[in-house]
Amino acid sequence: MNNLPLKELLYKMADDQLILGHRNSEWTGFGPLLEEDIAFSSMAQDKVGHSLALYTLLNQLGESDPDTVAFTRNANQFHNSILTELPNQEYDFSLIRHFLYDTAEALRFEMLTQSSYEPLAQVAKKVRGELRYHTLHAKTWINQLGSATEESISRLQKSLDYAMPFALGIFEESPYEKQIVDNGIFEGEQALKTKWLTRVEEILSNTSLHLPDFKIIHPVTGGRIGKHSEHLQPLLDEMSEVFRIDPGAEW
Amino acid sequence: MIAPTPSIDTIYEWLEDVKDPEIPVLSLVDLGVITNVEINDKKVTIELTPTFAGCPAMEVMKSEVIEKLKSKGINDAAVNISFRVPWSSDFITEKGKKALKQYGFAPPPSNKLFVDLEILENAICPRCDSTNTEMKNAFGPTLCRSIYYCHQCKEAFEQFKPL
Repeated sequence: MNNLPLKELLYKMADDQLILGHRNSEWTGFGPLLEEDIAFSSMAQDKVGHSLALYTLLNQLGESDPDTVAFTRNANQFHNSILTELPNQEYDFSLIRHFLYDTAEALRFEMLTQSSYEPLAQVAKKVRGELRYHTLHAKTWINQLGSATEESISRLQKSLDYAMPFALGIFEESPYEKQIVDNGIFEGEQALKTKWLTRVEEILSNTSLHLPDFKIIHPVTGGRIGKHSEHLQPLLDEMSEVFRIDPGAEW
Repeated sequence: MIAPTPSIDTIYEWLEDVKDPEIPVLSLVDLGVITNVEINDKKVTIELTPTFAGCPAMEVMKSEVIEKLKSKGINDAAVNISFRVPWSSDFITEKGKKALKQYGFAPPPSNKLFVDLEILENAICPRCDSTNTEMKNAFGPTLCRSIYYCHQCKEAFEQFKPL
């Protein structure tokens, strides 16, 4: 089998996890309360671990080793969705992004447990259990803050409206979408998006938040083909600084 | 001197001495992360499954296994970290769960119980066995632990996460 469709899928998932993992780690020491500091730091560690598992699969398919892949590419070689690279901004945005992204990611890995590519199905079976804690965390806070005070509701709503076009970019289709679906590697971005929307609506229906009108929003795409916002390269520069100074550094 | 080839059971016995670096009362065998042991001629190959994909202790466990085998005269050993058998907290042995409780951690409830994470609300306090407890944070000092508060004995405690 031609591996390009599979590699494309693995790269975009791994890059999403790495980049959002890095953003989450930027909350370490800055969380609005200690528990949130720990939560975002733990999710960062999980996500970087997930990216490692996926980069390892790529390595087994002939790509470079995980560290090289993670630390030596430039922004235009990354396949993450633009949503994941946006700066953390205020906590309300980070929480909304975490909710929208992890809801999609949990469903994606759930679907991938059925993948025809067995090594990916194995990783998915592992990761989906861990992601339950991420979605539990997101749901708990969206429920609480999404029905709390006027300020918490309006801030979350504003962030939700802002984040939604970027969140839709998660589902930007790959040029190999048909092969991926036909070969049973993954059910595809459209199927994922449908499930995601149902789940997001279900959770928001218990809060005072509402989804923006999809007729008037345009998905922000490009991330999957290496066209990123101005925010990614500075993130990569920071993330890879030690590696570039001393590639053989022992941690 | 050439050491005789050990049996697989003997290797498991040796690995009882290798502890989880983050929870030093728990051996790797009791933690359930040893998913295969193979002896081929003189070469010993151990398969290790990660508890959490991002667990930073994996590399430490790997090198400690190699060290342990070396101390027993096995110089040709390999440890492969693999997702072939995805780890679940149900892999922790009864002995391991007991050790966790003695150490002050609530052992994980059976993974099969928690279709929904709501079950996590009623962890059993490892000190007083009360279920009048509240989850304070799904995330704790390490990836595998959550933080709870017991309303009965008014103490905070940690639970090994069901996964």
